[in-house]
Amino acid sequence: MTRALPAFWLVFLLSIPLWLQDQYLLHILIITGIFIIAAMSLNLLLGYTGQLSLGHVAFFGIGAYASALTTLGFDIELFGFRVVHHTWPALVGLLVGMIVAGLSGYVIGRLSFKVRGAYFVIVSISFAEVTRLVALNWVELTQGPLALTNIPPYTLGFPGLGDYTLWNKTAYYYLVLALGLIAYVVISRLVGSRIGRAMIALKENETLASAVGIDVTRYLVLAAVVSAAMAGGAGSLYAHYLKIIDPDIFLFIYTVTMVIMVITGGKGTLAGPIVGGVIFGFLPVILRPFAAPAVQWILYGGLMIAIVFLLPQGIVPAIQRWITTRKPAGALLAGSSDPREGR
Amino acid sequence: MPAGGAAGEVVLSIAHVAVHFGGLVALADLDFTVCEGEIVGLIGPNGAGKTTAFNVVTGFLKPTAGEVRYRNTLLNGLKPHEITSLGLVRTFQRTSIFQNNTVFENVLIGLHRLGQSTLWETLLALPREKIAEAELADQAREILRVVGLERRAADLAATLPYGEQRLLGMALALAARPSMLLLDEPVSGMNPNESARVMRLVQTIRASGVTILLVEHDMPMVMQVSDRIVVLNYGRIIAEGPPAAIQKDPGVIRAYLGEGKKRA
Amino acid sequence: MDQFLQHLLNAVMLGGTYALLGIGLTLIFGIMHVVNFAHGELYAFGAYTVYLVAAALGLNFFLALIVAVIAGALLGSLIEIALLRPMRGADIDTVMLVMIGAWIVMQNTELLVWGGVAKAIVTPFPETPLVIGPVSISWVRVFVLAAALLLIAGSYLLIHRTKLGKAMRATFQDADTAALMGVNIKGIFTATFAIGSALAAAAGALLGPVFLVTPTMGDLASLKAFAIVILGGLGNITGATIGGFILAFVEEIGAGYISSGYRDAMGFLIIIVVLLFKPTGLFARAERVG
Repeated sequence: MTRALPAFWLVFLLSIPLWLQDQYLLHILIITGIFIIAAMSLNLLLGYTGQLSLGHVAFFGIGAYASALTTLGFDIELFGFRVVHHTWPALVGLLVGMIVAGLSGYVIGRLSFKVRGAYFVIVSISFAEVTRLVALNWVELTQGPLALTNIPPYTLGFPGLGDYTLWNKTAYYYLVLALGLIAYVVISRLVGSRIGRAMIALKENETLASAVGIDVTRYLVLAAVVSAAMAGGAGSLYAHYLKIIDPDIFLFIYTVTMVIMVITGGKGTLAGPIVGGVIFGFLPVILRPFAAPAVQWILYGGLMIAIVFLLPQGIVPAIQRWITTRKPAGALLAGSSDPREGR
Repeated sequence: MPAGGAAGEVVLSIAHVAVHFGGLVALADLDFTVCEGEIVGLIGPNGAGKTTAFNVVTGFLKPTAGEVRYRNTLLNGLKPHEITSLGLVRTFQRTSIFQNNTVFENVLIGLHRLGQSTLWETLLALPREKIAEAELADQAREILRVVGLERRAADLAATLPYGEQRLLGMALALAARPSMLLLDEPVSGMNPNESARVMRLVQTIRASGVTILLVEHDMPMVMQVSDRIVVLNYGRIIAEGPPAAIQKDPGVIRAYLGEGKKRA
Repeated sequence: MDQFLQHLLNAVMLGGTYALLGIGLTLIFGIMHVVNFAHGELYAFGAYTVYLVAAALGLNFFLALIVAVIAGALLGSLIEIALLRPMRGADIDTVMLVMIGAWIVMQNTELLVWGGVAKAIVTPFPETPLVIGPVSISWVRVFVLAAALLLIAGSYLLIHRTKLGKAMRATFQDADTAALMGVNIKGIFTATFAIGSALAAAAGALLGPVFLVTPTMGDLASLKAFAIVILGGLGNITGATIGGFILAFVEEIGAGYISSGYRDAMGFLIIIVVLLFKPTGLFARAERVG
C-alpha cells in the first residue's frame, strides 16, 4: 500500500486545479510549492550534509534578482564602465538565476567551510544580511526599496505551435508542480547514490569520512552548489510569479520559515520538507480569520519549540516510527535500510 | 636507517619525524621503516607517542620535522583522504563507525574510493551508475563476509556490541582497498575470544598481500601476530627487532616497568 | 579632523554598550554552548521595560534602568529553566532552533503589546549637549558611556573576584570536572544565562533613550553580538569588550566616510573577513572566561 501512495498523491496534486475554484487557495498552493522547493534545497545542505546554513534565503533572493534583472535588462556604471544588458526571455532568466545562485553557493561553500559549527551559522547569516543591504543600497542596479516591478512571466515556446505565456494561476501551478517534482527527483537520486553517501558520511563523522578517502571539502561544496542553484531556481519562480521583488526578500524571517519547514517536517528525510512546507504554508491561511499576523507568528514559534521538544527528529520520522510499532507487517515496509528513507 | 626486513622492499619510511606542541615534545625523533608484506607492531608505554605517529603518517597531524614516504611518494602536506587514495588506510583507537547507518551502509560508504559515477550519471540514473552501484553492493557483502559480520548487515551500527563495532571499523578500512593498513589498538577492550578473532582476521588480511603496521598494548597479541616489533618511549625508538628479542631486551623492560628493580 | 573626533566619540559610547551585549553573549555562548538567538530580544526587552516604567508609568528614569536590568535577569532565568534545562544534552542545532522559536515568540509578543510604532523615551538629562572644543556629545550619551563602563567593570569583577565567577570559569573549562568538584552546574547555567540576559537588557535600557524603541531592534543586536563574540573569542570578556569597541568604531567610520546605508553591513563584513583568515576568532588563543 505504501508503494501506491506516491502515485496517489501525484494524481491528487495534478487534479487540484480542475476542481479548486478558489483563486486565493491556488495562490497559496503556488507560493507554498515554491517554498517547498526552497526547503528541499535547504534540506540537502542542512539535513543530509549537516551544515547549519542559516543564510539560505540569500540564494533564493539572488536567484530572484538575477532572473528578474536578466529579463528586465539593466544599465549601470561599474568601476567607470557602463554595463548595459538588454532584455532576455524569462525562461533564460530562470537558468541565469540558478547559475548565479549556484556560483554564489560555490563561493560561499569554498570560503565558509573553513569555518565550522556555530561560527558557520553566523557567517551564513552575515552573508544573507550583506546581500540584503547590497540589494537595498545598490539602487542603480536593483531599484533598492522601490523594488523591481513588471517582471514578465515565463513564456514557453513550442516549435510549430507558437508561444504560450504563463499568465494565469493554473498554468503557473502546473509549472511549480513540474519543477517541484524534478527537484524532488534530483535530491532523491543524489542522496541514494555514492555522492549522497559521501555527504551523509561527512555529516555523521567527518574524520572517519576523510579517513576512508572522501574529499570532505569537495562534497560540502557540491552540496552547497546544488542546494544554492535549486534555491535560486525557486527564487526565480517567485519573482516571475509575483512580478515584483524588493530587498525584503532577503529578510532573515524567510530563512527561518524554510528552516522551520525542514526541521519540523524532518531534516534528512525526503518527505520532511514537503510535510513541513504544507503545514507552515497553510497554517497562515487557516489562522487568518482568527488571529493577527503577530499572534500567528507567536503560534509558529511555540509550535516549533513544541515539535523540537516532543518530536526532535521531526514529524516524518515520528510517523515512520509509529508505523513500525503499530503493525508487525509495517516493520517490513517502513523499516528499510535504504538511505533514501533517512532516519 | 635499518635495511628493509626479510619480507620485501620498503613501502613506508618514516624519517626523523618530530612533533612539538609548543613546549611539549610528543615525538622527539621517529625513524623506522616497514617492508612489503610485513606485520610490524608498534609498542610502548602510554604517552610514548604511538597515536601521534599514526596521526602524522595518515595526514591528521603536521610534523614539526621529518618526512614520511609511502612507496616513494612524499606524504607530508597531503590531506587524509589523499593519503587514503594512495592505499594507506587507518583505523581508529576509539570506535569509529557511522553510528546512524546500518552495517551494510557503513561498508558502502567505505567503498567510496572505488566508485566512479559522475554527478550527471547519478542524476540521470544512467545504466552505468546502476551497474556500478550493484557492483559496490556485491563488494560490500563480500567484505562483511570476510570480517564475519554478514548476519548483521541490516542492523544499525550503534546497536552492535563493542567488539563487533571494532570489527566494523576494520571492515570500513578494508573497503577502502588498502595496500597498507594502520591498525590503532585493534583489540583494546576486547575479551580473549574477540581478540583471537581479530588476530585471525589480521593474518588473513596479510595473506591477501596487505602490509600491516599496528599499535597495541595487548602484549601476547602483538608478540604473536607481528613479524617485527618497534618500541617507542618518550617519542623515540628504543628498540627494534623480532618479538623474541624484544621480550628480553632490558631497555624495553625498564621502559615498561621503570627503574629500581634488579633483574636476575 | 573634527568630524573624525566626533565619530570617535560616538564610537566610544556605542562601543561601551556593544561591549555589554558582547560580554553577555560570550558568557552564554562560551559556558553553555547555546547559539542564543533570543539575546537581541532581551536587549529589546530592556528598552521596552524602561519605556514602560519611565515613559508610560512616569516613574524615575534611573529606577527604570535598574528595574530593566533586574527584569532582564529574571526573564533570562525563566527562559533557561523552561526551555534550556530540558534541552541539556541535545545537539547544538536543536537548541539553536528552540532559541529561534523563543526569539519569534518574544518579538511578536512585543509587537502585540506595544504595536509597531517606534517609541521615544524622555530622559532627565539636559537637552543641550556638552561641548568640548570641536566635539559635542549629549548628556545622555555621557551617562550611557559611564554606566556601560561601570557595568563592564562589574562583569569583570564578578568573573574574577567572586566565588560565582570562579565556578563559572571552572564550568567553562570542563563542566564534568566542575560538577565532580561540587559545582552546581544547573545553578551555574541559570546564573550564566541570567547574567548574560541582564547585560543585554542593560544595553537595551541604555540605548533605548538614545535611539528609538522598536520591536525589531533586537534583530541587529543579536547579530552584532555574535560578531563581537567572534572577534573577541568564545568566553573571553576582555576580547568581547575590545570587540565591542572595534565594531562600534568600524561602524562609525564606515558610516561616516564610506556609506551610511551599509553601516550595519560593517559588522557582518568584519565577521566574514575575520573568520576567513582566522576561523577561530581574533583572540582565540586566549579562549577562556576572563
